[in-house]
Amino acid sequence: MRAAVPPVLSIVVLLLAWEYGTAAFHVPAFLLPPPSAVWSAVVGAWPTVLRHSWATLATVLMGFAASVAISLPLAVVIAGSRPVAAAVYPLLVITQSVPKVALAPILIVALGATALPRIIVTVLVAFFPLVVSSVAGLMATPPELMEMARSCRATRWQQLFRIQLPFAVPFVFAGLKVAVALCVVGAVVAEFVGADEGLGYLIQTSMAFFKVGLAFGAVVILAALGIGLFGVVAVAERVLFPWAIRLETPTV
Amino acid sequence: MIALEGVGKIFGGRGGGRGGAVEALRDVTLHVGAGEFVSLIGPSGCGKSTLLRLVNGLLPVSSGRVLVDGAAVRGAHPDMAMVFQAPVLLPWATVLANVLFPLTLKGRTGAADEERARGLLGKVGLAGFEGRLPRELSGGMQQRVAICRALVQRPRVLLMDEPFGALDALTREELSLELLDIWAGTGMTVLFVTHSIAEAVLLSDRVVALAARPGRVADVVDIPLPRPRSFGQEAWPAFQERAQHLRGLLFQRVAA
Repeated sequence: MRAAVPPVLSIVVLLLAWEYGTAAFHVPAFLLPPPSAVWSAVVGAWPTVLRHSWATLATVLMGFAASVAISLPLAVVIAGSRPVAAAVYPLLVITQSVPKVALAPILIVALGATALPRIIVTVLVAFFPLVVSSVAGLMATPPELMEMARSCRATRWQQLFRIQLPFAVPFVFAGLKVAVALCVVGAVVAEFVGADEGLGYLIQTSMAFFKVGLAFGAVVILAALGIGLFGVVAVAERVLFPWAIRLETPTV
Repeated sequence: MIALEGVGKIFGGRGGGRGGAVEALRDVTLHVGAGEFVSLIGPSGCGKSTLLRLVNGLLPVSSGRVLVDGAAVRGAHPDMAMVFQAPVLLPWATVLANVLFPLTLKGRTGAADEERARGLLGKVGLAGFEGRLPRELSGGMQQRVAICRALVQRPRVLLMDEPFGALDALTREELSLELLDIWAGTGMTVLFVTHSIAEAVLLSDRVVALAARPGRVADVVDIPLPRPRSFGQEAWPAFQERAQHLRGLLFQRVAA
């Protein structure tokens, strides 16, 4: 509990400085609304805000789930075979070199303004670091451990599931933490380009009508969403794989 | 029970590998009887670890044959268990789970398996440590767990690749006597790789001295010391004589 005091204190100080700073320097509310204005804007439009938040959360979660479902098997295949890795890696790098913001409108024209293109954009933004760190984890398995398993006559599958995947867990979770944060980015990018709901859409429409307070509120909710999801992943790691945390910080 | 006939092993080279082929072993012929304790000793790079892996079926031979009970070894042999230089325990699994690991690969483990694993751990002085994680154990304790993991498979052949090489001198002596205790009366065949002459002579029925580059058998020395063995025997003339002979073999070959 004591560890929570400094960050809470710094946030409170920031909010106070923001509130009284805007008043003291007469910053117009359409440039930078004070926190109190942001708050009342969000509370005033609460049902709308809630609806858009749910929409974004749904996109993020589906994109995240799809990223995991694609990345982990892909990582296993890449780590398992040198030719496959050589064939797949250039394609992965290409998907990463293409700006997703540029891709989003094309996808939306091609697939229609449904949830699908939004999820695809989210996956495209988020999956790459997850693949890379999972591959790194699978490849980092000490060869002695693999030899021991072979000496015990472990099958190829057993070597993967009993040795390599458990060993890769800390690496996978490092990737998951990055991916979940990127999913929020991906979802908002997709919502900017073409959507009729979601916090990205809310920010755009609010700005179009100079509802700056509401736009700021949406940004704050997005940040909270990102932090919350990151926390869920971190807690899941600690609860499901307590040994993985301890492996990361070796003790003597 | 184990027969190596003209065994050779060449690493790399095939398919235009970089740096050319390295001949690790050449024309090794060796017979190990059931229940025998045989040590392989030689300078580093003489291919003694490679030889062990060929017997275990972890590596394929380049020439010659490795036979176990008259059948060529193809892939890891079910009657053999290997203890490596490092304990190579699963860092996320408890001591008990590590010992049971080879059995879990074959299917579900029952209460009887667990009882046997606990018994083995008790025999090496690790009773009460079943629920600990490997990182909570000292190096010597970890290697004891690794020995239990090999023994739980009820191997007819125990292969040991410098199992005490990474341990301090005291733990090393302690563990070698423990190993003899465990081995006595089991009828298990042991193939033991070491770079310690004293260790080889103390433990073995026969010591195989290997020469390096390429690895080949320099001599096979019988150790007719009575069992049970003890460190007191190190002072015996018969012990000294064998150790001296081996030392001569190894250093002469290195210098040549």
